[in-house]
Amino acid sequence: MAEERGAHEHNHDHDHDLTFQPNIEDSEPGLYELMTYAIRELLIEKDHLTPEELRLAQEKVESLERSDGSKVIAKAWSDPDYKQRLLDDGNAALAELGIDAGAAKMTVVENTEKVQNVVVCTLCSCYPRAVLGMPPDWYRSKSYRSRVVIEPREVLKEFGTVLPEGKTVRVHDSLADLRYLVIPQRPEGTDDWNEEQLAAIVTRDTMVGVTNPSVS
Amino acid sequence: MSNNFAPGDSVKVRQTHPPGHRRTPYYIRGKVGQIERVCGDFPNPEELAYGFDGLPKKTLYRVRFRQKDVWENYSGAETDTVDVDIYEHWLLPA
Repeated sequence: MAEERGAHEHNHDHDHDLTFQPNIEDSEPGLYELMTYAIRELLIEKDHLTPEELRLAQEKVESLERSDGSKVIAKAWSDPDYKQRLLDDGNAALAELGIDAGAAKMTVVENTEKVQNVVVCTLCSCYPRAVLGMPPDWYRSKSYRSRVVIEPREVLKEFGTVLPEGKTVRVHDSLADLRYLVIPQRPEGTDDWNEEQLAAIVTRDTMVGVTNPSVS
Repeated sequence: MSNNFAPGDSVKVRQTHPPGHRRTPYYIRGKVGQIERVCGDFPNPEELAYGFDGLPKKTLYRVRFRQKDVWENYSGAETDTVDVDIYEHWLLPA
């Protein structure tokens, strides 16, 4: 099949039957989507906001990156006092690094030999955007949201994370005004690493708790 | 605002189904857990959702439930838990 696809000359402007990338605007907008457009238009029409202000706000949210979170974890691993401050008052400790977590209460939880923390929002997609940027699609999926709270060990297995029987799994359902950040366990063999090296192995998923950092 | 509950207290989530925007998921209603910490006072999101000011503020708690108490056939470890942030008006002493 793949050979047939590649067999013809590639000098035409084409779709092979269909591309695999869904066209997000193909489906009809739902009621709430239409209401959102209507409110947007009203806000602009009545001079509450300009289209440029809306665009800027969206750009700002979408350009937040998980690298901020990685830096926070690397610092927490390197500086026990900072880790304690982070656990005691997430917002204040993030502010030390110039990160504004907003009105949400940043709640930082730590993975240990005995405990694996996993974050979900079963109602929608509450996510610590200030430190991790936009949530991945799987985090927003109904499947993850409904299953990780009921069978966290099975879901983690699907992420390639097999937990020993004796380890406690703490699921955190982030619903109202709390946002969670997981401090993963620092892997062995990283004792002499600097914060930059450490930050490089702290991926997004390790800070949501579905996997753990490793040294390859 | 005085807190009605302290860390370690047993609480039961109200088993009620009011209409509207509610931040307490169905699966945890009627379940018994322990206060893990007091998170502070926040404008009530269930009021904010409708354009009200959310005042007076409500106390938010982090409540820890044993998974075995939440799901009848939970297959993981005895010690596994789920933490849920719940507003005071959803909690009863247990």
